[in-house]
Formats: sequence, structure tokens, C-alpha cells
Amino acid sequence: MEPSTVLELRGITKRFPGVVANDHVDFDLRSGEVHALLGENGAGKSTLMNILYGLYKPDEGEVVLKGKPVVFGSAKDAIDRGIGMVHQHFMLIPVMTVAENIVLEVEPRKAGVLLDYDQAVERVREISTRYGLAVNPTAKVENISVGQQQRVEILKALYRGAEILILDEPTAVLTPQEAGELFAIIKSLQEGGTSIIFISHKLNEVLEIADRITVLRRGKMIDTVPREGATEEGLAKMMVGREVLLRVEKPPPQTGGVLLEVRDLNVDDDRGLPAVRDVSLSVRAGEIVGIAGVEGNGQSELIEAITGLRSASSGEVAVAGQVVPHPTARRMLDVGVGHIPEDRQRRGLVLEFSIAENIALHDYNKPPASRFGWLFPRRLIQRARSLIREFDVRGGGPQTAGGALSGGNQQKVVAAREVSRDPKVLVAAQPTRGLDVGAIEYLHRRLVEERDEGRAILLISLELDEILSLSDRILVMYEGRIVGEHSGDVTEEEIGLEMLGGRRKEPSPA
Amino acid sequence: MSEPLGPQRRETQPEEIAGAPPTTAASRFAAWQKAGGIIVPILTAVLAFLIGGLIVLATGHNPFQAYWDIINGAGLNWLAHPTNTDVANTAAYNFSQTLLQTTPLILTGLAVAFAFRCGMFNIGGNGQYLVGLYCANWVGVSFVNLTRPAHVLLGIAAAAAAGAIWAGIAGFLKATTGAHEVITTIMLNWVAYWIGNYIFQQGGPLQGPANKPLSIPISGDIAHSARIPVFWGDADLQGLHIGFFFAIGCLVLFWLILNRTTLGYEVKAVGYNPEAAAYGGIKVRVNYVRAMAISGAFAGLAGGLDMLGYLYHFGTTDVQAAQIGFLGIAVALLGRNTALGVGLAAFLFGGLLYGTTHGLQSGTIDPSLAGHLTEMIQGLVVLFVGADVLILAVWNSRRRIKRRRPAPAQQAAEAAS
Repeated sequence: MEPSTVLELRGITKRFPGVVANDHVDFDLRSGEVHALLGENGAGKSTLMNILYGLYKPDEGEVVLKGKPVVFGSAKDAIDRGIGMVHQHFMLIPVMTVAENIVLEVEPRKAGVLLDYDQAVERVREISTRYGLAVNPTAKVENISVGQQQRVEILKALYRGAEILILDEPTAVLTPQEAGELFAIIKSLQEGGTSIIFISHKLNEVLEIADRITVLRRGKMIDTVPREGATEEGLAKMMVGREVLLRVEKPPPQTGGVLLEVRDLNVDDDRGLPAVRDVSLSVRAGEIVGIAGVEGNGQSELIEAITGLRSASSGEVAVAGQVVPHPTARRMLDVGVGHIPEDRQRRGLVLEFSIAENIALHDYNKPPASRFGWLFPRRLIQRARSLIREFDVRGGGPQTAGGALSGGNQQKVVAAREVSRDPKVLVAAQPTRGLDVGAIEYLHRRLVEERDEGRAILLISLELDEILSLSDRILVMYEGRIVGEHSGDVTEEEIGLEMLGGRRKEPSPA
Repeated sequence: MSEPLGPQRRETQPEEIAGAPPTTAASRFAAWQKAGGIIVPILTAVLAFLIGGLIVLATGHNPFQAYWDIINGAGLNWLAHPTNTDVANTAAYNFSQTLLQTTPLILTGLAVAFAFRCGMFNIGGNGQYLVGLYCANWVGVSFVNLTRPAHVLLGIAAAAAAGAIWAGIAGFLKATTGAHEVITTIMLNWVAYWIGNYIFQQGGPLQGPANKPLSIPISGDIAHSARIPVFWGDADLQGLHIGFFFAIGCLVLFWLILNRTTLGYEVKAVGYNPEAAAYGGIKVRVNYVRAMAISGAFAGLAGGLDMLGYLYHFGTTDVQAAQIGFLGIAVALLGRNTALGVGLAAFLFGGLLYGTTHGLQSGTIDPSLAGHLTEMIQGLVVLFVGADVLILAVWNSRRRIKRRRPAPAQQAAEAAS
């Protein structure tokens, strides 16, 4: 028997100034199914879900819940009708306990105004056993892991009576192990009758968890397909609109001499606490070395020390055999270290500057860009024009502001600037974060090409997939130390365990 | 299944636009400028004048008459070539006085604007103006054996250097200790204020020598060789000196520095996004000190030109009354920190300043209100510029209403934009 439809979105259209975010999108959710919403960044997934959750009003179309058309004026309306949403960025109060967070706004009270904390804990315990989501109700949210925090968010929605649960890119912040646990939770919720909308741009996990998959591309619904018979290649083609090369084609590396060497590096973070501890590593010409690790284990500080943006408390960095004394950003640039920073909007680009000015960010003070302090804007534009062509930057010319470009094209501008300086060493930190499939494909291919040009590439990424598919050698970082070294053909599980400190070489001092 | 990639394809999606809120003041300013163009400053000024007019109305006078008197008081009727000789002479004099007021306003406006482009808010224009003025006075009274060009240039240079050092202190403190420039420049204003009260007081080091009695807390007159030549009017009747062209030149200089030099590139990069600037190899701290020093040089120059151009001497009561540096903030904000904008805004405030004090008759406006109208309009401008978000929202809602009934051509234009 066909399961009943609990929710239907009919012909939803939402326009923003200059762009149609949703163009007559149809979507339906059956009782007890996991329905994945797949699409690139900016395809309109979040807009559609925000309409369903009552945050936006559609310009056209209607939302039909259990056969009745409904209009949500706010998120509260949606929550009251049994729709819950777990946002990508959690909306929890860190200093409060799990129980307090879960019952927030619908607290059990005593004497009319006071929170009945004991009863709150009791209710949370009850709901957590009913759904099989283990949490400690009395723990403070700031002290529990990200995976646990996500469970708290899910429980929060269930506590408010959610029968339909929207999960917005839920695995983006999780380690592979935590993602596995989340999938188990989703399965058990599904068995309990909860219907789930799973938003993602990752093909493999959609195929793993979803019963049906709806693909959005540039605001339009392309198709809804059952999981059976769907393939990564087919879905990618629907997402991007053309054939996509999902696997990076990579000839075996032709390595040369050591171009980057880091010896016994110790770096403190902003609070003055040790973030990088005794790290030594080397990268050869023609090699991609990947550093895997969960966010916040010292990767950012390591990159900043190597690129001269943060001074190390001890240790040294050598480029092409020469130790760089007192590395500053300028000095590291001059000895041939290129850097694709992890946050292109905060650091990689001056968003208000034009593409031409952004491309000149390292060389504005040297001929031909300038002479004796006098700048030649026309030369900047000329140089930008040729790089825009070479790196296929779309969405603007040399005089377009960096901030007006899409994420993928912004990253191409950054990559163009770094690569065109012909660096010996290229540090690529999260080069594809937040980018769509097409842009990822391009940047991955480009990184391999640069490797084959004989550059030494140090890749830092939180995406294990990316590390595994690009790296010739993999280092795992945990609590500021390198805790594992592998050749490129290691399995995800093995690295995942080390990322969580499961197999340390030595115990780290507390 | 395949969708044609038509010309309507857009790379930027709404999520991305909303994704990165600009962080520094300068980048917020850039976003604001992009969003409102030339409209917002005009709207700001009109709104300020409107409310000023309502206040005049509330006191039982005719606001149109009041503004008409201000326009005539500022000598703007001179531009219409009045035929009556008396009127023409008065108008010409008034207009020259407006330009005389405009001169230091351009420079104190540029001072605020330059620091702003580097992401800093220089509230210390008044202090920098004052120290520039003191130094110019000292040079003008001393070194009497110099030739006129040398003496004038030395005075101007001393004034600019004094302003640069004064503001440079704030920049240095920001770069080394992180002390916020708003706090330090305000404090330095007071230091400059009390220095002035000390040096010009009875028995103070710069109090007037032989030509002034010791009982008056006022400086000596600068030597004739230190006076900037007057090209319009009479030097003894506050004629307009050629320092005016100096100020205009500084507008051009400001534009050139920002748009045609590596120094300006660094200033803007640091102002928009200090982290990206540091990543680009730019020394952010050096830029803080340097931009503040340049900013202070503009304000110090304003003080120097005033001293050597028409004031010739200064007293403790003048120190207490000095406002030019503070008006520079409103000038820069209204002029949106651009060279052309600062020039126009300085002219507006220069006209207001002179027009309200010399044009208004007691019949058209409450006498106690006359001199304060400029200050009110200045305050309203600062208030509205601070409320940029509000004005933009009002402006955008007007556009939204228009969009509800879009013409086909407009739709096409939007799709293509």
C-alpha cells in the first residue's frame, strides 16, 4: 500500500531582488519516509525549507499539510503544526543544561512562574529513551560534543511534537563516526513514524539514507527519484546540469626535493594556549600532503604559522631548504609560499575591492603593478583580464567587486592570484568549503595540475573525502599533534578513529 | 532535463549575498555607498534642513524666510550677479567669507575621511586643528627674518607636522596597545584644549609680547612676512587668502593618494578588511599610525591656514570656542568620505556657518536660535548618517513599492543586472 502523503508543496515560487530562488517547485513528503533535498549551494534548498518553516512567505504556490492548505506566519505556526527544523548552525544556549535547552519556551512550571527543573529533566529523560537518543539532561551544552548538541536539537524538535523533521545539512559539522550515529538515529525515528526532510549537497550520504531524492537546480525542481536505481553520477548530472567528473583523476606523483619543511613547531592560539605541539612535517615537490582532523585541533594555527600570519613560540619553517628567520606574511610570500586561506571572505579577499585589486593583493607594491609607490590601475586590470580568462571566473569582469561573485568564483580569484605568482609551496586550506560540485571539480583538477607542475602542496581540509581523493600522503592532526601518517590509500574508518584521538602515538598532556 | 544557460544565469545567489555581513566600519560604509549612491547624502541633508525648518516654524517664524536669509547671508546671491552695487559688494564679501570658512572645513573633513578609509574614526580633528594653529602662531611670531614665502611655508609645514604628530599618537597607541582611537583622540582634544588655555593665558609662553597688554590672554600677532597673501578682499578685513586653493589641492591630493598610490591601496585594504590586508603582506599596524598621521596633517594644516590666512592671533576664549574640527566629522560623513563629497559638504557647512551668524535678522528668527541652527543641522546630519540603515530601509521600501508594478523594461533590466 502506498504510504499517505503528509505534506505537499505545490508550485512554490519565491523571488528575491534580481533572482528567482524558487521557481514553481513541487515537493511532497510521505508518512515515515526520509526524503532528501539535493542541490548545489544557492539552488534554493534553504529558501524552500524556510518557506515550509514559516520564515519566508511564498510569492506563489501553497503548502498543504495533511490534505489541508496552511499558511504559516512564523516559525511558531510551523512548530505548532508539528514541523521541526534542525538548522546547520545550532540554536542552543551554551551555558544552559541540555534539559533547559530542550524545554525552553514550553517549560514545565511550578507556582506559575518558576521552572520546574526536576520535571524538565524527567521529561527529557523520558523522551530521550522513547526515541533512543541518549543525552545527559543535566550536562551543560557547552561541555558536550557537536554530535551530542545535534541530538539535543533533534530532541528539542521532538519535544515540541514534531512529526515532520527538517535536517539542514546535518552532517556538515560531524566526523564520519558521528555521521554514522546520526544515520542510525534517523532510521529509528523513521521506524517510529517521523517523516524527515534531509537537506544535503553530498551525494553519497543522500544515497545512503534517503528513500526518495528531489533535486533542485537554480531554483527549479529537476526531478524526484527513488533511491533504488539512483547513482552518484546521475544525481550529480541533475544537480549541475552536465556530466561531472566525481573522482579526481590523478597520475602517480613524480616527487622531487623537499620544498617545505616544518621542524618542531609549537604555536599558541589567540588565548595563549598551545594549539600546535611539536609538529614536524615535510612536503616534496610534486606531492600533495593532506592534513586530516576535526575542526579546532590546531590546523588553523599551523597554517598561520607556516604562512607567517602567526608567530610560532618555537620551531622553524624552511622553504626550499632555507630556514626563514622570523617569518612574516610578506617574507613568506617573497620566498614562494602561496596560500589559499580557509575563509575566503574574511581573509582571502577584500570583498569591496575589485577583482583586479584583489588579484594584486600580494604584488601591488612591485612593478609592473606600481613603481615608486605610484599605482597603475590599468595594468592591474589587464593582468586580471587574462587571469579571469585562464581560471574561468564567471559573473564579472576585472572591475567587478569581489563580494559580488559567487563563492566558487571568489575561490577561483583567490586560486588565480596564488597560482599566478608561481609559488614553490602552495598551502590550500579548505579550498572547496561551501562550493558546489562544478567548482569543486575545477579546483581539485587545478590542484593536481599544480602538483604536477612541481609545486609542493599542503592541503588542509575538514572533508575527509577531499583529503582521501587528493592526497598522496595523509597526516592526521589531533589536539595539536600529528598522530598518524598514511599513504594515500588508507580507509576512511582508520583515519576517522585517529581524528578522534582513538589511536594516539603518545598521551597528550592535559 | 538539460536547461539552457541563458543570459539570465546569475552566479550570485541570495544566500551568498546575505552570507557575509561586512564587519569593519569602512566596509559597512562601502556597502552603504553601493546601496544608496548619491541619493542618501542628499536625502540626509534635505531631511536635516526640513527638521531645522520645522524648529524655526515652532518658534513662530517663517522657515522659508529664514533659509532665504541664510542663503543671502552666505553670499550665494553674489553668484546671481546682483545689479545693485551695494548688494553686490555685500554679497561678494559674504561669499568670500563663506569660502574662508569652507577652507578649513575641507581639510578637517578630509582628516576624518582619510582615517575613515583606513577603518578608523578620528574624532580628534579639533585637537589636531588647534595644535596646528598654535605651531603656526609660534612660527609666525618668531623667525621674523625669513622671506615671506619661506616664512609662510615654514608655518604651514609646522602646522601640518604638529597635527600629524598629534593624531599619530592615537595611531601609535592603537597599533601598539590596541587603545581605541575614538577614546584617545577625544582625550588628545582635551590635552590640546588645555595646552591652548595655558600658552595664551596671562604670562603664558605664547601670550602676546609688546604689541598686546599682558592683561589680555591672547597671543601676539604673526609677522607680516608669515601672512598668506589675500587674493579677494582686504587683508585687514578678513579677505580670502590663497590657502583656499591649497585646500582644493588637498582634495585632489586625497583622491590621488587613495586611487593612484600603493599607500592608498594599503589604507583601503586595511580599512575594508584588516585580516585580508595582513594576509596580503600589508603591515596593518604601520598603516594605522601612518593613516592617522596623514589624517592629522590635514587637520593641522587647517589650523595653520586659518592662523596664517586671516586670524593672525589667537586667545584662550578662541580656544574654547573652536568647533571647526568637530564640524569636519559632519562634513566627512555627509560627503561620504570621498574627495568630491567632502568638498561639497564643506561648502554647504561653510555657507551655513557664515550665513546663520551673519544673515539672519532678529525678525525672521528667534535671536537665541540663530547661531545654533548650524549646530542643529550638523547634529541632525550626524544623526541621520548614523541612522544610515534606517534611511536605506526607507529608500528601499520606496523601491519595493515601485517594483510591485514593474514595467516590462524594468523587469528586463533587473533580470540583466
